[in-house]
Amino acid sequence: MNKVCKNAFEALKGVQDGMTLLFGGFGLCGIPENSIMALRELGVKNLTCVSNNAGVDDFGLGLLLHTRQIKKMISSYVGENQTFEKQFLSGELEVDLTPQGTLAEKLRAGGAGIPAFYTPTGVGTKVAEGKEIKVFDGREYVLERAIKGDFAFVKAWRGDKFGNLIFRKAARNFNPMVATAGKITVAEVEELVEVGTLDPDQIHTPGIYIQRIFKGTNYQNRIENLTLTEG
Amino acid sequence: MSHHLTREQIAQRIAHEVEHGYCVNLGIGIPTLVANYIPAEKGVMLQSENGLLGMGPFPTKANVDPDLINAGKQTITTVAGASFFSSADSFAMIRGGHVDLTVLGAMQVDQFGSIANWMIPNKLVKGMGGAMDLVAGAQYVIVAMQQLDNKGQSKLVEKCTLPLTGKNCVHLIVTDMAVFDITDQGFVLKEWAPGFSVDEIKKATAAPVTVAKDAHEMRF
Repeated sequence: MNKVCKNAFEALKGVQDGMTLLFGGFGLCGIPENSIMALRELGVKNLTCVSNNAGVDDFGLGLLLHTRQIKKMISSYVGENQTFEKQFLSGELEVDLTPQGTLAEKLRAGGAGIPAFYTPTGVGTKVAEGKEIKVFDGREYVLERAIKGDFAFVKAWRGDKFGNLIFRKAARNFNPMVATAGKITVAEVEELVEVGTLDPDQIHTPGIYIQRIFKGTNYQNRIENLTLTEG
Repeated sequence: MSHHLTREQIAQRIAHEVEHGYCVNLGIGIPTLVANYIPAEKGVMLQSENGLLGMGPFPTKANVDPDLINAGKQTITTVAGASFFSSADSFAMIRGGHVDLTVLGAMQVDQFGSIANWMIPNKLVKGMGGAMDLVAGAQYVIVAMQQLDNKGQSKLVEKCTLPLTGKNCVHLIVTDMAVFDITDQGFVLKEWAPGFSVDEIKKATAAPVTVAKDAHEMRF
């Protein structure tokens, strides 16, 4: 099976209105830049997007908010995006704010065949309202459902044609779990190499999780909050 | 004369709580400053929930790397012994009780250690990020905040009115006026900022305050 696509548009084949899409990345670090740009051009609408953050006004998922392609966001923190706040407060955008660790575990579980799990996170808060609470060893836990997506989009540093991926530094973040939880997972990589080139001991995401892969272009690798040592 | 502690002084006081070999997660704001006051010989590893254990100082211009950021999305560096991992691993560390200490900011903390720091209804929507996991999972939870909000209301309350981040989870509060332990009896005053009286601290706290037997003025 050939997983290699020539560009993002080819990799997006089959994405339709109303789908649930999963995105790797934290802030603007390790986000699938090419796939997001292509989704904007494709113009699919009424999307449910699962991503830790919602990008900034003019980059990342902020681009899809601007074009009103997103109906619902499932995220843990959206503080850097004014478009998001405006659309949420006006009721235009549905938002499911989910604790970051719960979000990571929902995706991990989704990809691992676990339909739900109990976590101590959020017990006694709005997050646990309407959900089952169970006591284990004297402590309360809330039942959280797993998340799966119609498509998942990840960004890696290096990948081979089977889809084996290596991430770089803190750009790994949500990408490995997102990769496992898509019916179709699209990986975009900075460097695409032949099978057998990558050291099997160093693979972060085995290629079994990846259905399509392409070499991305024009990476901005934008920095959200440049902070330097003084002096 | 009494004076409110600066943000740096609050951070400096909190750093005294950090023990040798601890793995520590610091939130955004005053908590971030705590790192500046932890002596290197303590061998502390700073955890950043986006997937890094062993966070170093901010980089020089030449060392900036867009793939190397902290949970506040700031560019950073690593220290010797650092490791990178996924968000699921990161929160396994946090939820699993492997992180010794976390320091967070707050809008309100109540007398039994419930904390509100993520949402003002119909106003500000930012999200809880990793805060709910951190307060539920870390071994010891410290809140760093001002004693009073910008309307002069105490942020230490009998019962939180804002949506909670976690229930009965805070162990220690360090404000610009005092240090409080949270016990089954509620707020216990341990230390006050130089020049304040116990009465002044009590007046600035909207819940009963027990004064610890060994309560004393803060020392730096």
